[in-house]
Amino acid sequence: MLAYAGRRFLQAIGILLGVTLITFLLLYIVPADPIDQILGHGYATPEQKATLRHLMGLDQPFYVQYLRYLGNLLHGDLGRSYIQKSEVTDLILSRLPATLLLVVGSIFFEIVIGVSLGMLAASRRNRLLDRGLMVAAFVLVSAPQFVMGIILLYIFAVWLDWFPMSGFGGLSHLVLPALTLGILGAGWYARLMRSSMIDVLRQDYVRTARAKGLKPRVITFIHVLPNAILPIIALIGSDVGYFMSQTVVVESVYGWPGIGQLAWQAISRVDIPIIMGVTIVTACMVVLGNLLTDLIAPLIDPRIKLR
Amino acid sequence: MAFVTGDMRPSSPGPGARFASILGQLARRPFALFGLLVIAAIVLGAILAPWLAPFAPEDQRFDGLTLEGSPLPPGGDFLLGTDLLGRDLYTRLLFGARTSLIVGIAANGIAVAIGTLVGIFAGYFGGIVGAVLMRFTDLIQAFPSLLLAIVLAAIFHPSLWIVVVVIALVQWVQLARIIYTETRGLSEREFVEAERSIGASRARILFRHILPHVLPTILVYGTLGIATTVLLEATLSFLGIGVQPPTPSWGNIINENQTYLTSAPWLVFFPGIAIVLLALGFNLIGDALRDILDPTQKGRY
Repeated sequence: MLAYAGRRFLQAIGILLGVTLITFLLLYIVPADPIDQILGHGYATPEQKATLRHLMGLDQPFYVQYLRYLGNLLHGDLGRSYIQKSEVTDLILSRLPATLLLVVGSIFFEIVIGVSLGMLAASRRNRLLDRGLMVAAFVLVSAPQFVMGIILLYIFAVWLDWFPMSGFGGLSHLVLPALTLGILGAGWYARLMRSSMIDVLRQDYVRTARAKGLKPRVITFIHVLPNAILPIIALIGSDVGYFMSQTVVVESVYGWPGIGQLAWQAISRVDIPIIMGVTIVTACMVVLGNLLTDLIAPLIDPRIKLR
Repeated sequence: MAFVTGDMRPSSPGPGARFASILGQLARRPFALFGLLVIAAIVLGAILAPWLAPFAPEDQRFDGLTLEGSPLPPGGDFLLGTDLLGRDLYTRLLFGARTSLIVGIAANGIAVAIGTLVGIFAGYFGGIVGAVLMRFTDLIQAFPSLLLAIVLAAIFHPSLWIVVVVIALVQWVQLARIIYTETRGLSEREFVEAERSIGASRARILFRHILPHVLPTILVYGTLGIATTVLLEATLSFLGIGVQPPTPSWGNIINENQTYLTSAPWLVFFPGIAIVLLALGFNLIGDALRDILDPTQKGRY
């Protein structure tokens, strides 16, 4: 197990190195000149521009710039924003709690909604309710985030006026954006939960429990649910990374002040150090989340072979 | 003893008959049939848009706005109402279907081609080639794909074909991994071993023997992939970095009109419903194809 974990960890580091290289390369070839962005178009003399370019090391060859960036990265330094004039690490750290809160809320809704729909469908297998729920699950996974976001916004904020339209504050601000992300994932989880539940319901020990005359509710919640939910628990790790990378749209619909919004502002102003920083932090979360999944899965199900 | 001449192989139906049989099985499943009908309707709408649409998509009608200059609700001359510039929403939705379908099919087609080639080559050759290809696949998979697509689309000047390329670049990964696993299994099988031993070329083994076996998988994930692609195009266009107005796309129609959400919700709801229906159609068909084409799954649940 330890050797397996170590190997996975090394792989994760390799992947992260690759991510930094590709992102750096992509942003290196961007046709926007950082010097113009810092000094403003047409305000500086060519000499001033050349001096700044030299001071920032932007006249160095690609590999020198990349290695220097990596070196700084190891010290937690993601560079300075071209436009906001502050440290990228500070900007991201100040935005990260809001995004993590959103991700936790989304996973909560995703599991609660997905698991209940899946259990309900499995218990009414092949009947009308089951069919209806599975179609509903398909509709959920076929809706893009911004459509789901706008529809929830219209129903719950404009029409019913239960929750605020946008912004950051108490729990009431969290509900709609978290529900938007969570409800989309819930579609997948409902399908997964349904088939997992049907598998477990066929097991001999469930038949024994039924034969003993246990109440159906006891069987479902005490005997079946803890086993049927395992495949979903195993996926929570990957969800963290997945939702982290999905927050750009939801944060822009709801004005949620997380790193998605930071990234979106940076993208529209071509503020390369911020784009680079957010991409790397998000990729870290994706890789860590998948690592967590790989490490949790064999603990939950000892039959999984370690490779 | 009868002397058998000619082809002794058991007769197998041609590709046309096979396609018809799959279509027939799809049509017997109510949800898949619904998906087929939805997609047929949208495809017809897109092709016949110039004849079905009562106005031109860029036509800013003087009578398309109220006296105060706000959009008209559905009904009357304008079936689904008008947008903030007085353009007929029904017309723009019909032409927007073209955008969605072109991007969905082209981007997904490129992604399927890349994914299949990477998967087959990595799976069949293994060794260094396989390791390099699959590590690269891991790498792209670790990228936050939506963020990557947004960054790429924003960096290059957005246009329909840039959107196609950007989506294709982030979409091929899943198929590559699945095809890789299948090809690994296939290349160990006896019939491939037999081909190798009689000296068949690599190209022949890959494209005449392995490819047909992974074709059902390609068909299933190719169909499901169109749904994902359509959603990604709509998202990029909604953010303003996808297909650019005045070319209508269901995503950019919502982007243009979202400030009218409270006073003119139809401007957001109709294109939203269109996006969901198109993606739902491909998802339902893909899911049914998975049941039909994968015998190990058949009748399980």
